[in-house]
Amino acid sequence: MAATYRKERLDRGIKARSDDIFALASYRDLAYLLLPRLLLIGGLLLVPLLEGVLGLYWLNVILIACTIALLALSWDLLASVGLISLGHSLFFGVGSYIAGALNYSLGWSPLLTLPVAMVAGALICTLLIYPILRLRGIYFALITLALPLLFMRVIEATKILGGTEGLSSLSPLPGQPLVLYIVLAAVLVCFFGYRRLIDSDYGLVLRAINDNDRSVMASGINIYHYKAQAVFIAALPATFAGAFLTHHYRIVGMPAFSLEYSILPLTSVIVGGQGSFAGALLGALLLVPVSESLRAFGTLRVVLYSVMLVIFTVGLPEGIFPYIRRKYHQFERPVPVEEGS
Amino acid sequence: MSASSILTVSNLTKRFGGVYAVSDLSFDLNPGEALGIIGPNGSGKTTLVNLITGFVKPERGGRVFFRDRNIIGLMPYDIANLGIARSFQMVRPFTHLPAYKNLVVSLFSPKVRKFKGGKYGDRDEMAIDLLEEVGFERDSFVPYKAAGSLPHGYLKRLELARCLALEPDLLILDELFSGMSMSEIASILPLLEKIQAEGTTLIMVEHRLRELFRIVDRVIVLNFGAKIADGAPDEVMEQDEVKRAYMGIEVEPDA
Repeated sequence: MAATYRKERLDRGIKARSDDIFALASYRDLAYLLLPRLLLIGGLLLVPLLEGVLGLYWLNVILIACTIALLALSWDLLASVGLISLGHSLFFGVGSYIAGALNYSLGWSPLLTLPVAMVAGALICTLLIYPILRLRGIYFALITLALPLLFMRVIEATKILGGTEGLSSLSPLPGQPLVLYIVLAAVLVCFFGYRRLIDSDYGLVLRAINDNDRSVMASGINIYHYKAQAVFIAALPATFAGAFLTHHYRIVGMPAFSLEYSILPLTSVIVGGQGSFAGALLGALLLVPVSESLRAFGTLRVVLYSVMLVIFTVGLPEGIFPYIRRKYHQFERPVPVEEGS
Repeated sequence: MSASSILTVSNLTKRFGGVYAVSDLSFDLNPGEALGIIGPNGSGKTTLVNLITGFVKPERGGRVFFRDRNIIGLMPYDIANLGIARSFQMVRPFTHLPAYKNLVVSLFSPKVRKFKGGKYGDRDEMAIDLLEEVGFERDSFVPYKAAGSLPHGYLKRLELARCLALEPDLLILDELFSGMSMSEIASILPLLEKIQAEGTTLIMVEHRLRELFRIVDRVIVLNFGAKIADGAPDEVMEQDEVKRAYMGIEVEPDA
């Protein structure tokens, strides 16, 4: 009888060595740790220099991909606390409208409206979501789905903030050729900041709330405060993305609350892989350009896009990034299966 | 209520629909006392624990005083920070986190942070020390494994360690021994005796009577949510009503 084999998955020796402080032992171990990070930072910072190759259109696509990446990172942080949001356009829209309104009616410069919209927007969103933090799972998701729609209808019905026409001819962002760098820097700061946060003891509590909130309560930790803080921290990049795109397009309107800004971050995280932030980033930087390149197919675009999503979620349910990470950290080898075991 | 008691439960009632899970229950607990709560399945033992720790709200009129302060209406985390720690009968670990990181969550709670302090990394050390105390092998890989992949006996001890991390004045253990092997229980008993000797007040809800009676000096027997006996273990177990309700022994068939 032919021997049967099973696949065995083992950590590479270098992974075990570089898991801890021993990483400093050699340049090789150091490179093993630093390579993926440098690849990301270098790759992102090089993009604006490729204008000659890519052309202005694709640079703009990358800029949009970066704003979606900010939303996806934000979505991933909320999901790490167990809050699944179906209405991420709430954060995006609130940030957009605050920046737009401040610039339109008070004439504030974008240098001022960006930080103000980011912080004030995050505060407003946290206050809006605070009452529903006691809800979990699908109930929380359902209400977040309703909140941006509510904003849309209020703006439509009361005709405040420009009503259906929105606020136009806003100030452009200063330093035009370098605009892409602003959003790239935001993505990098947000990405590494979140990674650090979730690895700290504070982040540990956030992940524990996702795992089992009753145990966290029994440990004397006010989970509602922590959830509210998580919402605020998660809202920051999303409101920034909204304010940024408002000034980039020089117009803000009701589409800022549209479903697109809720669904794209969600699909980015699902395709890229939840929980590591790298997956969210990768997903957004892949999905947005792919969706743009499908424009040539006209109405078939949505069909092709959906088929691709289905293939990804069925074929790689863990997400692209966890798959790549596994390949980087582990190797597989066939092991003969012993008789009788 | 007596002035010296650490915990006073008075007229506590909880109804689920038409069923009285706990009905008009009152008792006092002195500091340093070890109280066992026993009773058949469904007699309201876990509901009583949930009522004291704020996970379930009682019917109107019930009061629980902890050091002369009414704690009914407080949230579970506020009660935990007052110094009452509880374990869960169904273990509730953070399955995705390594065992020792489970304890870091407790060590990060406001009360513990205040008197223990500690930066990032310090709490990892404290957690490993605590795990060793409840019987995790310090130098093995066990404390570093994901809690979800640990055997049940370890999870029970992890649950106990999570409570000890809070350095409680009142420790409520909800069926700590259930699902643990004899040798595991034997290894944990000296620790419980030590905790009690150090002055921690203890409430143990338990079905394993022999092991329970090694630790507690007083037992309350519940049946259908009501207290049917209260006193020293051997006296209580001699009462006919207790035998009938708890052991299912018909003492006097014609009575």
